[in-house]
Amino acid sequence: MDFSWMAWTLPTAAFFITIFLMLVGMGVWEYFSPGGNPRVGILRFETTRGDRLFVSLLGSAFIHLAWLGLIGPNLWWALALAVVYAIGVFRFV
Amino acid sequence: MEKTWNNKAWFMVLPVLVLVAFSAVIPLMTVVNYSVQDTFGGNQFFWAGAEWFEEMLHSDRFWAAMGRNLIFSAIILAIQIPLGIFIALNMPRKGWGVPVCLVLMALPLLIPWNVVGTIWQVFGRIDIGLLGYTLHALGFDYNYVNDPFDAWVTVIIMDVWHWTSLVVLLCYAGLVSIPDAFYQAAKIDGASRWAVFRYIQLPKMQRVLLIAVLLRFMDSFMIYTEPFVVTGGGPGNSTTFLSIDLVKMAVGQFDLGPAAAMSIIYFLIVLLLSWVFYTVMTNYDVEK
Repeated sequence: MDFSWMAWTLPTAAFFITIFLMLVGMGVWEYFSPGGNPRVGILRFETTRGDRLFVSLLGSAFIHLAWLGLIGPNLWWALALAVVYAIGVFRFV
Repeated sequence: MEKTWNNKAWFMVLPVLVLVAFSAVIPLMTVVNYSVQDTFGGNQFFWAGAEWFEEMLHSDRFWAAMGRNLIFSAIILAIQIPLGIFIALNMPRKGWGVPVCLVLMALPLLIPWNVVGTIWQVFGRIDIGLLGYTLHALGFDYNYVNDPFDAWVTVIIMDVWHWTSLVVLLCYAGLVSIPDAFYQAAKIDGASRWAVFRYIQLPKMQRVLLIAVLLRFMDSFMIYTEPFVVTGGGPGNSTTFLSIDLVKMAVGQFDLGPAAAMSIIYFLIVLLLSWVFYTVMTNYDVEK
């Protein structure tokens, strides 16, 4: 099959593989600890670990966009900030 | 008791997964790939990194379209939600008037979007359109082709005409689900018309209203066909909303990289707002 129309690059492939591995990881986590670990965090509503992953990914996307718009094209610091943010979400939300 | 695990059910969701993959995931992946590259056609791509995103985030054109879209959605919601509630409250609950009203309300929703645009494009014309000709004959300087204000008024009235029915039908569904006992109790207590609305009807409509707000906001935020058919985004760029600008960029200018970057930013905003609405709705249910 020819996938050249999808215009794959190594960085975008790595990006999607990372997302895919995260989803697989969540599946494995769910297998060993079923139920999604629902809890009420600082947002004052119940979230499962799937919700927390979604909030982490969506927030990370906006962190990168904000960094790009306000600071500049070097996104490594934005990535570090997004990782810290995601840890915070999984810990406190 | 030991829980029975049967993973055969996964095969049942396989068709949906395939459908979602081909209709959403694979196109979205392609858009992400396009957003970091430049192309001049012929399946040849050149790495551009985050350049298109940076360009888009600093683009006055993008933010202007975003501003227009937000203003449009705010106006639409400010008109359609109260108007929808008002009409639903005044619709009959019994008798022959019910099916008549329901059919009349459903009619605008059944018309294809491009046909709605064409109807209003002709309706507003000052030479042959009933609305435009009448307003002109009455001395109003109405011309949606030349005047941005007139174009906005036309697009807003068209959207109100097309979509208020949805709010009406949702509110009506909420209203008819209220048992008569509530009204009888209110009558015994001597409650005013406003008190009945405020403490019985509005709380019972709250869930459907949240759905109405969500649907109307998302739909108006992604509006394309109707204003494109009526005004083509003009005069100038006055009614160029995000989706119209996106199509102009992707199809008109063949700027696939910037268009893909714009699509992703647009998608993320829609996703964020949908999540906020969804969270508010589901948590409202939990609190109830």
